[in-house]
Amino acid sequence: MNKTGNVKQYLLWFAHENIEFRLPEVKSLLSLLNIEMAFIQKPKPTEPFWIVRFNKEEDVKELAKRSVSLKFCLELWAFSESSSELHDQLKTHPKQFYESYFSSEKSFKIEVETFCKHFNQKQKLNKINQFEYLPWKGPVKLKDPDLCLQYIEYYGTDPNESPVLPYYMFFGRLITKGLRQLIQTLSLKTRKFIGNTSMDPQFSLLMANQAKVKNGDIILDPFVGSGSLLVAAAHFGAYVLGTDIDYLMLHGRTKPTRVRQKERQVDESIKNNMKQYNLSHKYLDILVNDFSISFWRSDFKWDAIITDPPYGIRESTDRVGTEKRNFLLNEKYLTTHIPSKVEYGISNIYRDLLLFSAEHLKLGGRLICWFPIFRKIIKKRVYLLILVSN
Amino acid sequence: MKLLTHNMLSSKCLKNVNVGYPLSIKVEEMITSVVDFNPEFIARIIPKLEWNALKQAVNEVGKDSCLPNNLIENFENDEDFLKKVHHVLLEIEIVNGCLVCPETGRSFPINNGIPNMLLNEDEV
Repeated sequence: MNKTGNVKQYLLWFAHENIEFRLPEVKSLLSLLNIEMAFIQKPKPTEPFWIVRFNKEEDVKELAKRSVSLKFCLELWAFSESSSELHDQLKTHPKQFYESYFSSEKSFKIEVETFCKHFNQKQKLNKINQFEYLPWKGPVKLKDPDLCLQYIEYYGTDPNESPVLPYYMFFGRLITKGLRQLIQTLSLKTRKFIGNTSMDPQFSLLMANQAKVKNGDIILDPFVGSGSLLVAAAHFGAYVLGTDIDYLMLHGRTKPTRVRQKERQVDESIKNNMKQYNLSHKYLDILVNDFSISFWRSDFKWDAIITDPPYGIRESTDRVGTEKRNFLLNEKYLTTHIPSKVEYGISNIYRDLLLFSAEHLKLGGRLICWFPIFRKIIKKRVYLLILVSN
Repeated sequence: MKLLTHNMLSSKCLKNVNVGYPLSIKVEEMITSVVDFNPEFIARIIPKLEWNALKQAVNEVGKDSCLPNNLIENFENDEDFLKKVHHVLLEIEIVNGCLVCPETGRSFPINNGIPNMLLNEDEV
């Protein structure tokens, strides 16, 4: 590892889950917020942290205000694989460096974080005491101090295989935290209206970030279902619109999703979900619409299209149609007729989705959607099955 | 359904329809609500609007007086103008009624604020 130089270095600490989304999310946000970030050390997917450089501290804060993968970030004062080197680095910082942070009016505290190893309070206090040589001034305050310092010991990511001594140690000033809390706030467990395939809030937020949603955008989800993707996009400032072929779903009249709930409540709807999160003003409309037949004015451009189309497994892929030849609807049934549906097919859905996006996205606008694949490894496993009878 | 959404809809996808725009609105029940004003959004959405279609829409719902006749220049800085457009686009809501294709007369019901744009099997 490099020694800390004069240039400010930042430690970004991520939640160690859904790692594949980490880089795409941060890259999208950097581009959206027009922020430059450079890696000081090449990131490894096995590790939950990045050591990076920003032009200014404001940039880190802007990024953290939007990132769902990010847990917290530090202004890194020292980091090393060995304890003695960590202390040496801290001791070599000039006096002026510390004077800018420590003063008799500023309260402070030191937090000890250990990853993949547990220590009791006494052991943690001993670790804090190692730093007594720093030119501390000002009172200690455990709640909302002016300055929060963190000492981190990293013992890998496997709690069963953690080494005796940490792989890395970090010391720095806590700048801000990411948006992990928002995942709980938008939890499906407490949401008014959900469907069988409502998207997990963490993924919904990641999708909105990858779509580079910003205040005043107008976005569409053409397979809206219970509207979980709209909630996340609206949270980041977009005005949202959704369409779905499922009339009963949009009117909140499908079979209830929650265990032990017999009937849908009258007020279960996408609109009321938005109300629950104080996002009513971002809700435009939802329409019952067959995606294969577009009613949008051909020159209307969306800022982003964010969607999770049906895969034909948990939700069927339908469009309006009939197998009958020369089908004619008798006029007397016209007002109450519910059209029959035929298989849309997953490849047709994605073809139409790509064509629609090419026509209706603004220049540089993004289509963010899920695409189901069987990974090779799963394919291999399928070979292990033998057809017993048919 | 809000008038912003109406401005974006066309029935061009129907058989034998050339333009299909704008759809006319028949109102059975309408409400006006208060929606937070976001001048940035309104200023960004105005260039995407078909002004004449919006004028026709406010006329059909009986709210002519709410919308200035012409789209002015430099609307970005005219808060009064933006507020009027905001009211028309986002605060007027058709709860029940229907949308009608201007060429074929095919009508699409709006129930509970949600337009039903599904076609029947013989129309696709």
